[in-house]
Amino acid sequence: MGGRYDDYRHLVRLVLLFAAGILVFFLVRAYMMPPDFGRYGHYRAGALDDIRQLPVKFAGQKACVECHTDVAETRAPGKHARISCETCHGALGAHAVDPGLAAATKPDPRTVCLPCHSALRSRPKTHPQIVVADHAGDAKCNACHRPHQPAVS
Amino acid sequence: MENRREFLGQGVRLLVLTGVAAAAWEHVQAGTPEAAESYHTTDHWWGFAIDIEKCIGCGSCVRACKTENDVPLDAYTFRTWVERYVIDSDDPDHPRVDSPNGGYDGFEELTGLPENIKTFFVPKLCNHCADSPCVQVCPVGATFDSPDGVVLVDKTRCLGCRYCVQACPYGCRYIDPRTHTVDKCSLCYHRITKGLTTACVEVCPTGSRMLGDLKNPSDPIHAFLRDHKVMVLKPQLGTRSKNFYAGLDGSVR
Amino acid sequence: MGVEGFIYPNELELQWSVLIVLYPFITGLVAGAFILASLERVFNVQAVKPTYRLALLTALAFLLVAPLPLQLHLGRPERSFEMYLTPQPRSAMAMFGFVYLWYLMVVLLLEIWLDYRKEIVLTWKSSTGPKRLLYATLALGCDNISPRALKLDDRIGYAITIIGIPSAFMLHGYVGFIFGSIKANPWWSTPLMPIVFLFSAMVSGIAAVMLLYMLMCRMRGVKIDMPCVDAIARYLFYVFVIDFSLEMLDLIHRLYEADESLKALDFMVHTRLWWSQVILQIVVGTVVPITILGLMQLVRFGEGVRRALYAVAGTLTVVGIFAMRWNVVIGGQLFSKSFLGYTVYKLEFATREGLLPAILLMVLPFVILAVLVRVLPPWIDTEVRTHAPTATA
Repeated sequence: MGGRYDDYRHLVRLVLLFAAGILVFFLVRAYMMPPDFGRYGHYRAGALDDIRQLPVKFAGQKACVECHTDVAETRAPGKHARISCETCHGALGAHAVDPGLAAATKPDPRTVCLPCHSALRSRPKTHPQIVVADHAGDAKCNACHRPHQPAVS
Repeated sequence: MENRREFLGQGVRLLVLTGVAAAAWEHVQAGTPEAAESYHTTDHWWGFAIDIEKCIGCGSCVRACKTENDVPLDAYTFRTWVERYVIDSDDPDHPRVDSPNGGYDGFEELTGLPENIKTFFVPKLCNHCADSPCVQVCPVGATFDSPDGVVLVDKTRCLGCRYCVQACPYGCRYIDPRTHTVDKCSLCYHRITKGLTTACVEVCPTGSRMLGDLKNPSDPIHAFLRDHKVMVLKPQLGTRSKNFYAGLDGSVR
Repeated sequence: MGVEGFIYPNELELQWSVLIVLYPFITGLVAGAFILASLERVFNVQAVKPTYRLALLTALAFLLVAPLPLQLHLGRPERSFEMYLTPQPRSAMAMFGFVYLWYLMVVLLLEIWLDYRKEIVLTWKSSTGPKRLLYATLALGCDNISPRALKLDDRIGYAITIIGIPSAFMLHGYVGFIFGSIKANPWWSTPLMPIVFLFSAMVSGIAAVMLLYMLMCRMRGVKIDMPCVDAIARYLFYVFVIDFSLEMLDLIHRLYEADESLKALDFMVHTRLWWSQVILQIVVGTVVPITILGLMQLVRFGEGVRRALYAVAGTLTVVGIFAMRWNVVIGGQLFSKSFLGYTVYKLEFATREGLLPAILLMVLPFVILAVLVRVLPPWIDTEVRTHAPTATA
């Protein structure tokens, strides 16, 4: 090149403009970056804590059995022994904390029994299932079966 | 006299219970006291196992997941769902598959089916792939692998570009219509880090779904993987899914 | 026609809408227009010189609009700046911000500025009031337009055009890679995708500039430079043949290998994509224009007939390339990843991702171009202007 400064002063101004832009970008970036980003990987480390602190809705079998030992004993020898209480009784995390609140209701047998026990060809053959119309007509399931000890004695 | 003492007794009992409950709330929230504070991500490597032979398609898992994780009920979006496969032996190349409302309301019996069919349920959820294509494509690091092997979403950073939804081969992801960000099964991370199990495993009545900690030598998943012939979905894509199916038929996609 | 067969429950609604069809279409026009401009600047195809500045301005007008469909599509557009803060290095989409900025600032704006600087300064010095301020700003307050300064500009502009060609390839090629690298989607996943995108981009860009040039000559009441348009059409034909060959190669390859996905894809093309792919993209948008352009290489028609045929071929081309984008983006989401079913795309009208915003976004670049052509007229002293020869010192 070897020209006088006048020949390329517009380029100098351009480069300065670019440099200013890049500087502004880095300043903005420093301000806007979450401080814990990248600690464990390419993500905000605080996200792990955020997710861990989400509310728990299902108490879990162990929590139920802590208080309801009698039910646990009744169920132990039966076919429903391994099924979690909340499968039929719904989410009871709040109840486990404060038994006065959100007391577990006895669900309507038809709404909890049939989703598992109505006959479907796709179900394993070993699974106990009935065709409702042929089985007991309009009778409720707990007329003959106790949900905690389902075998008909 | 007697009534007032009884009344006072009841009152005191209630007060004590409330106090205990308040103290207990923290523990219930934490699962067990030991589990919460001492959870180190490096001690765990989470996986999942499903025994197809045991699934009865009751839909308890779908309902429990929607409750536990506040998944929208009025949108067709699912963190987990159950599919029903019907394979006609005379036409095995064309399996009939359905998943009415994701299995949320269970399944109705199909009518008009031929005699010679093979039919079963397949529960699906995020595979928490070790080589996850969804994490690979996220432009901003809003979805990521946790150090303990769970693929999670940072709701505060997701742009809602939906690239990860396109990249997931299994259809596990969806856009939450309320936040316009992506959502998916988090393996109930908020539960498993407190010593609880996932909501879907908790309520599964047959034990078809199992959470497993692959880093824990005494975890039953090791025996399960040893004693069953297992497969993952779409192994040819190399996602290294950590969702192992026992009894998976070759027709399942 | 609703949902057919089985789809994963989360696949009911399409994720990427018509706005995501628009984006590769727009960046394709940018890349194609720029390549046409570089034909003259770098490859010394003198015949297309009259369209040089128009091509650059067209590229700029469309480039300015390009991010808008993306912003409208995002679930959380206010967070889009995160792509600059924490770009995930393995994601092709994370490149967008940087490739876009690079191409806008370092390639396109710089090249236009350097090419127009003399006129900008002259206009600055001969204006008053707000117009004077505008042009002074555009000149960055520097009024050095000595022959040496201009020669320097020319050399730098030449270098930028050279850098600009791979940059234009990047700008549009990475979009092809965004689709082509998704192993989960067999309609998209192919190493050919970036190349197909690029060549169809060049086709659409060249055709668009050709159409715009003819239109603007008409509007200015100026005679269309026929050798120029003939040359552009010739290049259009060559690139189109390559593009068509690539797309046919992809198709033939798929049909031959006949892997598991083919059944589902084939069915989709014959039903849900019949009109948009077979009729609009392939027949009307590719075979017909190629035939017309090819015929015109063999038979010398009169000027009036040639103009008419170029207009027809150019329009069909642009429509066909839009259809191609549609078929890739929407088509790739119409079938289930279970290969067992199909869903539908509900294109609404006046919603954020509906037809109305799409139409407005396609009109906007022309509005911007009209403004650009006012501020930076492409045809001041076109006849006498030459670029300083770069071979001599």
